[in-house]
Amino acid sequence: MRAIVTVTGKDRKGIIADVCRVLADKDINVLDISQTVMQDFFTMIMLIDTEDCALSFAELGAHLTEKGKALGLEIRIQREDIFNAMHKI
Amino acid sequence: MLNHADILSTLDMIDHQHLDIRTVTMGISLLDCADSDIDRCAEKIYTKITTKAAKLVETAEAIETEFGIPIVNKRISVTPISLVAAACAAVDYTPIAKALDRAAKTCGVNFIGGFSALVQKGFTESDRKLIKSIPAALATTDFLCSSVNVASTKAGINMDAVKLMGQIIRETAEITKDNDGMGCAKLVVFANAVEDNPFMAGAFHGVGEPECVINVGVSGPGVVYHALQDCKGAPFDVVAATIKKTAFKITRMGQLVAQEASKRLGVPFGIVDLSLAPTPAKGDSVARILEEMGLEVCGTHGTTAALALLNDAVKKGGVMASNHVGGLSGAFIPVSEDEGMIEAAKSGALHLDKLEAMTCVCSVGLDMIAVPGDTPAETLSAIIADEAAIGMINQKTTAVRIIPAIGKKIGDSLEFGGLLGSAPIMPVHRFSSKAFIDRGGRIPAPLNSLKN
Repeated sequence: MRAIVTVTGKDRKGIIADVCRVLADKDINVLDISQTVMQDFFTMIMLIDTEDCALSFAELGAHLTEKGKALGLEIRIQREDIFNAMHKI
Repeated sequence: MLNHADILSTLDMIDHQHLDIRTVTMGISLLDCADSDIDRCAEKIYTKITTKAAKLVETAEAIETEFGIPIVNKRISVTPISLVAAACAAVDYTPIAKALDRAAKTCGVNFIGGFSALVQKGFTESDRKLIKSIPAALATTDFLCSSVNVASTKAGINMDAVKLMGQIIRETAEITKDNDGMGCAKLVVFANAVEDNPFMAGAFHGVGEPECVINVGVSGPGVVYHALQDCKGAPFDVVAATIKKTAFKITRMGQLVAQEASKRLGVPFGIVDLSLAPTPAKGDSVARILEEMGLEVCGTHGTTAALALLNDAVKKGGVMASNHVGGLSGAFIPVSEDEGMIEAAKSGALHLDKLEAMTCVCSVGLDMIAVPGDTPAETLSAIIADEAAIGMINQKTTAVRIIPAIGKKIGDSLEFGGLLGSAPIMPVHRFSSKAFIDRGGRIPAPLNSLKN
């Protein structure tokens, strides 16, 4: 299943590395990344594939929230379909 | 890859503009639950609902988690009980009301609708029994909603039913007065009621519907309001186009959720209802959208025109976004459930007469309006008759959900809490309509040509 992971928080070195490590640990493949920093505020959007991930979607969501907290970031995951529905005809 | 800004705009809508799915409602036919013994009938109803809707709440919650979009309400609508209970010998249908309420609690939904009768042309014996049972049914249950259709464009207005409903509303207000007349907040009187409405209190599962169906109601006044803030001072063409685009996005999300719920539950998808449903939360108000168009306060001159534009643009934007659109589909203007309407009514800018005019151009009618406790039943009936006439002539659904605030007067308010909000008591005309209502009979169906 393809999903969108959004990461927000105060900018610092190594955020992308940290988040990618969390995802890789759960066998998640990153397909695309878009990232920007506005006034010290870091925003990253990742398109991921959860096919090989052993966790259920709800478990993965909870895991990312928890890891995010530890890293001082807000990490959320949503299925890609909702964005396609809203923004593509 | 999706556009970065598009993704962030969706998240912003969910986090800060109250974007949500207002309701996923499962419609269930109870026609096969008929029985001459009312207790057996009630048991069959309980078993059928709790079987069909066993996984409704958990499925909706799983969808919420995966898509990251809140689904505020999970609900059930059933076949009008006056039809299901017609075979029962019993006079009082309260045992069925209690079985429905118990089923709602077991399933974990927050409302169940369908304690209903369709009497636009006349009453069956069962219709009369059901209507007479309404006050006790609503007083002894928590989640049950009731509706009665008293008029239609094809049949005209059943003025005997209009008279009776004025009395039933008063009786319900009296019997639930310690609860701020909560019973009346769960009772709607309709003209041209629709069979696939997912919204409460007026939802029921019509006889033309399949065995079981999933209908979804979207929301999003906050999103529309936010979008309009970007076109301050622009001509109405721009306003209409902005609302259409926003409604399209909101509805696409509703369509997605409806399809997903339908697939997972193995139940056909019915419709998406395009209504803009406000909540008492700040920033989730239909009134504030109208004010954003340039009105100082909702209710002043220009309000009807603003609402007409809003209602039409929402439909135009939404209709392309969904495979099947139905239900009530329009902007709701429930006074107690809309922060801006509450303020407008309190400030004296919004009157019952203006609300009545507004119902000519939007769904659904005089909704969640508190009136003084000494308002006579005939006046309530006359208010229903006026609304029914608007629906009948304009071939649209209209409704009245009105709460006589027993022991209270203008300046006071009723507190329902939650999504039902708080209702400031609004004045009604003090001149009598008694002789008019006492006539009874039927107002004939209108001509459908020579329209002016």
